[in-house]
Amino acid sequence: MSDTNWLYSRRTARREIKERAIAGTLFLSAAVSIFVTIAIVVVIAIEGLNFFSEVRLSQFFLDTEWTPLFHEKHFGIWPLINGTLLVAAVALVVALPLGLLIAIYLSEFASTRTRSFVKPILEIFAGIPTVVYGYFALLFLTPYLQKVLPDLGAFNALSPGIMMGFMILPMVASLSEDALYAVPRSLKDGAYALGSSKLQMIFGVLVPSALGGIVASFILAMSRAVGETMIVTIAAGQQPKLSLDPTESVATMTAYIVQVSLGDTPHGSVEYYSIFVVGGMLFLITLFLNFLSFKIRDKFSLSFR
Amino acid sequence: MLRNKSSEYLFLAVCLTVLTGTVLFLLVLMADLILDGVSRLDYQFLTSFPSRRAARAGIAPALVGSVYLMILVALISLPLGVGAAIYLEEYAPKTWFSRMIELNIANLAGVPSVVYGILGLQIFVRYFKLDRSLLAGALTMSLLILPIIILTSRESIKRVPESIRDGARALGASKWAVVQDHVLPLASPGIFTGCILAFSRAIGETAPLVIMGALTYVAYLPDSVMSEFTVLPIQAFNWISRPKVAFHVNAAAAILVLLTMLLTMNAVAVLLRNKFETKLEL
Repeated sequence: MSDTNWLYSRRTARREIKERAIAGTLFLSAAVSIFVTIAIVVVIAIEGLNFFSEVRLSQFFLDTEWTPLFHEKHFGIWPLINGTLLVAAVALVVALPLGLLIAIYLSEFASTRTRSFVKPILEIFAGIPTVVYGYFALLFLTPYLQKVLPDLGAFNALSPGIMMGFMILPMVASLSEDALYAVPRSLKDGAYALGSSKLQMIFGVLVPSALGGIVASFILAMSRAVGETMIVTIAAGQQPKLSLDPTESVATMTAYIVQVSLGDTPHGSVEYYSIFVVGGMLFLITLFLNFLSFKIRDKFSLSFR
Repeated sequence: MLRNKSSEYLFLAVCLTVLTGTVLFLLVLMADLILDGVSRLDYQFLTSFPSRRAARAGIAPALVGSVYLMILVALISLPLGVGAAIYLEEYAPKTWFSRMIELNIANLAGVPSVVYGILGLQIFVRYFKLDRSLLAGALTMSLLILPIIILTSRESIKRVPESIRDGARALGASKWAVVQDHVLPLASPGIFTGCILAFSRAIGETAPLVIMGALTYVAYLPDSVMSEFTVLPIQAFNWISRPKVAFHVNAAAAILVLLTMLLTMNAVAVLLRNKFETKLEL
């Protein structure tokens, strides 16, 4: 009797150890994500400090030129931010209205069959690799646009912006549709009961009620556009400048990082450190936009309860 | 103005125009790509090494590099991602720390790919001295797709009904036995579907690998995880950036090969998902 008890307890003990080891391993794999975030912050901070030991903070934020690869180096971040926002703005001008219209159509007019047919097609846009969009922007869209706009350069902000707009279109459409879908039926019925036509219901009740979710999707789309790399690297050129003209060549923050990586920049030079500072700025900007989008959606979804 | 029926029809017409216009645009882009590249697609193109002469150049190292990279990424990110998902769904106590891990993963999913590139450059290439190897590239890519794998795996695990866990527990199964014998088998088709889509993101991604220093000209096939390498999107990028039209044709052909790979993977993912759906109905 005591013999089997001893055997039993030893078996449970072994089982207990195995269970704990598995739980520990699973915990460690979940903790990897924390290490990744810490690593991103530490890498950017260390290399950023190296950068700012050679470039003054005031130059970084006040200088209006960004020419780290020239003989006379300037490190003013604004031209890169200008280029980034200009391309993102073009993308948003394409993606927001089209995405919202498609979302309204899918949620209010389309049959279930149409939806199940249209949504996967739209998803194709999101699944195409960005280098392919770069190909389309540089070798398909720019030559066509040049027939309409003769002044358009071979590298410009317009063409990659438009292609980027189509890339983020499915995201805007799908998230906005979710927001429209979440509007309670009672609100729509109420509008109809008061004698609204369908369009009055859509623009008077549905869209305003879903505005939080729609704006959240716009901000997320902007974050995606700001972080996009290959389309702009291929088709926007490499000219950091302060300009709001989308027909000119611009440099974005992401394209600058790739440009430096492609060259033979010696490890430990200011140019090398600069990609970490630009990457850090990009990290902060997208983090802020993602957080903002999350907060707006969060606040909005509470308002119906 | 919004009242009358004709403006509703007008609005509907605008919606339909936008939708068909968008789909047509996609078709035109694809047709343009196929017309540009299909003539270059032959056995010679698939098996040749890069060359200064466009007509003799091929994608052999890039194709092999892409396949190797994907296999390595799968080996690294699948256990890590699924492990994290199991922990968060089945094990994690409801503490601030678990909440922080969740928030952190959601946040990592939104970090631009270039940031993963500079992370990989500094951590794997420089700090761990892996150089510009296949392994360094695979580790960088694994970190990039890890949040996607965790998020989709969690969705699949969540969809396993609680009654199945309760049943197993009632028969005396330990926590891990419940997961291993019941949750994972039921969730695995969904997990694999999500993972295949994540891997297809990894083979299409260019920027992080360019930043960590993957080469644009490789005249040999990678023979170990420490070999230098190139991948299809980088090869395409390199050819697009050249002024000669003949190289643009090569780029179109390389992109067609890349898109064929992605399409195949997506088809497999859809097939798996359909199989999973019928299984749940039983």
